Amino acid sequence: MGKAKVKRASTSIDMTAMCDVSFLLLTFFVLTATARQPETMPVDTPQSTTLDKLPDDNLSVITVGNGGKIFFGVKNPNVRVMTLKNMSAKYNIAFSNEDYEKFKLMDDFGVPIKQLRGLISLEKDKRNMDVQPGIPVDSTEELSNELYHWVQQARLASVEFNRDQEGKVKGWEDPGAMKVAIKADAEEKYAVMNLIIETLRNQKQNKFSFVTGLRHEN
Amino acid sequence: MAELNQDSGGGKKGGKVRSKKNGGKVDLTAMVDLAFLLITFFMLTTSLSKPQAMDVNMPDKNKDKSIVDDIEIADNRSITLLLGSDNKIAWYYGQLASPLSPPAVVDYSKEGIRKIVLEKKAQVPKVSGGKDLIVVIRPSDRSVQRNLVDILDEMKITDVKRFMISKIKPEEVEVLKTNGIYNE
Repeated sequence: MGKAKVKRASTSIDMTAMCDVSFLLLTFFVLTATARQPETMPVDTPQSTTLDKLPDDNLSVITVGNGGKIFFGVKNPNVRVMTLKNMSAKYNIAFSNEDYEKFKLMDDFGVPIKQLRGLISLEKDKRNMDVQPGIPVDSTEELSNELYHWVQQARLASVEFNRDQEGKVKGWEDPGAMKVAIKADAEEKYAVMNLIIETLRNQKQNKFSFVTGLRHEN
Repeated sequence: MAELNQDSGGGKKGGKVRSKKNGGKVDLTAMVDLAFLLITFFMLTTSLSKPQAMDVNMPDKNKDKSIVDDIEIADNRSITLLLGSDNKIAWYYGQLASPLSPPAVVDYSKEGIRKIVLEKKAQVPKVSGGKDLIVVIRPSDRSVQRNLVDILDEMKITDVKRFMISKIKPEEVEVLKTNGIYNE
């Protein structure tokens, strides 16, 4: 009788299934990842232990950075256009249809409304921080406080938009009032922040969010 | 399969020596490595890049100047935090004119402001008959956004339910100045 031969198992493992799964996951993550838009004004936000995420839609963001420069942006492009239409009527400044189409694609801006047409007419990559001096803000409710009116008109536009969608889209759930977030640089002085907070409080937008990064230890 | 075996018979021995057919065998290890590396990258970037939102509620603004809205709070229930420059806080217990403990300067660390807030949070219900602590946050113009976020975060960590952000008074700015934390 010969010795029982121990069959040598092959060292190579079949990797096909593993490869399939990993590429499936990879595809999933690539597709779900939201491509980060290059920001017009990069802001280094302070960190907090808050875990609530910023909503993606139904939101407007006031960005403050670079020594008190204020930018404003409405997330939903349709609401954005409606806001500009309201502002155009308010300040008596006309915009062409082409302007509205271009404005629809602008994430944020930081110019007084008189210069907005000039900004819209620029190429996308030329609308950088240097050509935008920021939106005028003060503690009044007059036309000079442009931020006040931008926020107010955006809120009105979002209400109008949500009501509009209710009739058009089946099963539309009203997301409620538009949220306002303040994305400020960590080193931004409170004097500027106070103006913005007062501007919001003047129109009874007493609830708002500060955008922060995540801090792990506390 | 990673190895496509195209050997049909396998029993023929002693035939012609042919070059072994090896075309179907591909080593997938490197490919899997790469795929997992990319998965890891996308997983981490998607979850981390989403910013956090810290909700803030302010009281309704009183536009009528004739109504004085200074709410009377029992002295022994409130501490006031004056946010100054250089990441420092001046705090006092009670009222500034007759404080139960005079203004002192602390920083934003665990050993600094948190210790004080936790201490007062435990002490206040005992001296005020079960009522909880009220923290008044007064940022000065020389404090920065990080200070405000830090202190609001601290309120959340120490679980203080009653706190408010209000406007700093001129005499409180003087306190910051005398303590040397009102610099540009």
